[in-house]
This record gives sequence, C-alpha cells and structure tokens, in this order.
Amino acid sequence: MKVADILKWENTKILCCEESIANIITDGYVSDLLSDVIAHANENMAWITIQTHKNIVAIASLKELACIIITNNNIPADDLIEAAKQENIPIITTSMTSFDTAGKLYIALHY
Amino acid sequence: MILTYKVQGGDFSNAGKCSSEVKKVLKQLNIDHKIIKKVVIALYEGEVNIVAHAYHGVITVEINTEKIKITLKDEGPGIPDINKAMEQGYSTASPIVRELGFGAGMGLPNMKKNTDYMHISSEVNKGTEVILINYL
Ligand SMILES: Nc1ncnc2c1ncn2[C@@H]1O[C@H](COP(=O)(O)OP(=O)(O)OP(=O)(O)O)[C@@H](O)[C@H]1O
Ligand SMILES: [Mg+2]
Repeated sequence: MKVADILKWENTKILCCEESIANIITDGYVSDLLSDVIAHANENMAWITIQTHKNIVAIASLKELACIIITNNNIPADDLIEAAKQENIPIITTSMTSFDTAGKLYIALHY
Repeated sequence: MILTYKVQGGDFSNAGKCSSEVKKVLKQLNIDHKIIKKVVIALYEGEVNIVAHAYHGVITVEINTEKIKITLKDEGPGIPDINKAMEQGYSTASPIVRELGFGAGMGLPNMKKNTDYMHISSEVNKGTEVILINYL
C-alpha cells in the first residue's frame, strides 16, 4: 500500500509532504520510545506514535520510514513540520488511538 | 577527511543535526548504504546522549578508505558504572528527557549493535569519551 491510501481514512489528514504520498508502506511499528524505534523499525514502515517533538523526524529520516502517523489528536509542533519538509517525511495526524490506527493499518496491509 | 561538530547539552531542537549532516557527506562519498545507516544510527544515539546527559561535547568523524571512526567527547557528569550503563533498559534520563521519548535505556546497546568497535571511557564529574568504528 501507499501513504496515499491512509489519507482515505476518516478523521485522518496529512500536514506536510504531499509530494511523498506515493511512498510505499510495507509494515508498521507502534512505539513512543525513540531508541526502541531506532532498534526495531525498518525501511518503508509507517510509524504510529503520540510523540510530537521534532526529534521524531530525525529518526524517521535516519531509518528511512515511509511516514509518521501521530495519533489521538495530538498536534505536532510547528518546527516539526519544518523539519519534516526538509527531510520529506509525510506527517499524518488522526483522531484514532494508536491501537485503532495499528489495527486499521494491519488490515489494510494483510487482508 | 575529518569533520567536527559541537553539541550543546539540553539543546533537543538541534539534536540529530550532526548525524544528518554526516549522512549527507557519506552519501556523497558513495559509501555502502547499509554501512551509512549503521554509522548514522550509532552516531545519532551518541549525539543524543550528549544532549540528554552531558553539558557540552565535540564529535569528530574521521573517514578514510578503510574505516569511519567517530569520537564523541563531552564534559559532563560522566558514567560511574559503564557495564551497568551498557545494559538494555538502564537509564538515568530525567522526566523532561523521558517526556520527549528518550530514556528507554537502549541507546548504548543500539550503538554497540551498529558498530564494529565501541569503547567508552569516562571519569565521574569530568566527562565521557565514546569511540565508534565501522570498517568499510
Ligand atoms: N555522554 C554521557 N554522559 C553521561 N552519562 C551518560 C552518557 N551516555 C550515557 N550515559 C548514561 O548511560 C545511561 C544509558 O544510556 P543509553 O543511551 O543506553 O540510554 P538513555 O540515553 O538513558 O535512553 P535512550 O538512549 O534509550 O533514549 C544513561 O541513562 C546515562 O545514565
Ligand atoms: Mg541514549
């Protein structure tokens, strides 16, 4: 699937980097601990988190993740969007919880 | 080629700058993609450790045809028990640092996993030096 497919979900929107919505998503990872993401996330994964600090962009870029999905209506800081534009990492926000987001992504990927 | 970067303790909005600049340089040098990823991940964890745990530091990256050697040297509280610090899950990160998503106690293990050689030397109340080597 592609990042673009996620944008069809209800109450889900993209805050930046629409030029990268063709990024392929092969898998997902749910975590709010940054070093855990560094250890276990891999290329082309969608990262589901409640973190909103711009440090998450650096990690997504280093790990070459497909996108970041910020859940539970959390709103990222403005400097996060600036950083994401520079690194071309799509930032998506949703009102769903991390659990529901992961469930939806899992179904989309595997069924 | 030798690159040096200054890192300021507590400056989380610039954390990762050194790693992303080094990544660009390594790409330009056409270094193997897999090695670049390992090097920048280890470097990022080391860079964040200076920001999260020390007062200030200097990162030196030496690149030649044989290896990439990174030295992270800081002035700070130092590490009293290096073996304990290397254990997965051990962290003294402050509540503020944890709120940002750091403090899993996985940074040093991640650095070890992504390098061919890692050595830490530290003196309490003075500072810490970490050496990382990846062979090309
Ligand atoms: N440069 C440093 N100066 C002082 N103490 C350090 C330094 N680097 C690491 N430490 C100590 O070692 C511990 C473990 O470091 P490690 O990077 O594994 O975990 P962390 O930084 O606490 O959390 P994480 O890296 O998972 O976000 C730290 O909590 C801290 O006590
Ligand atoms: Mg750390």
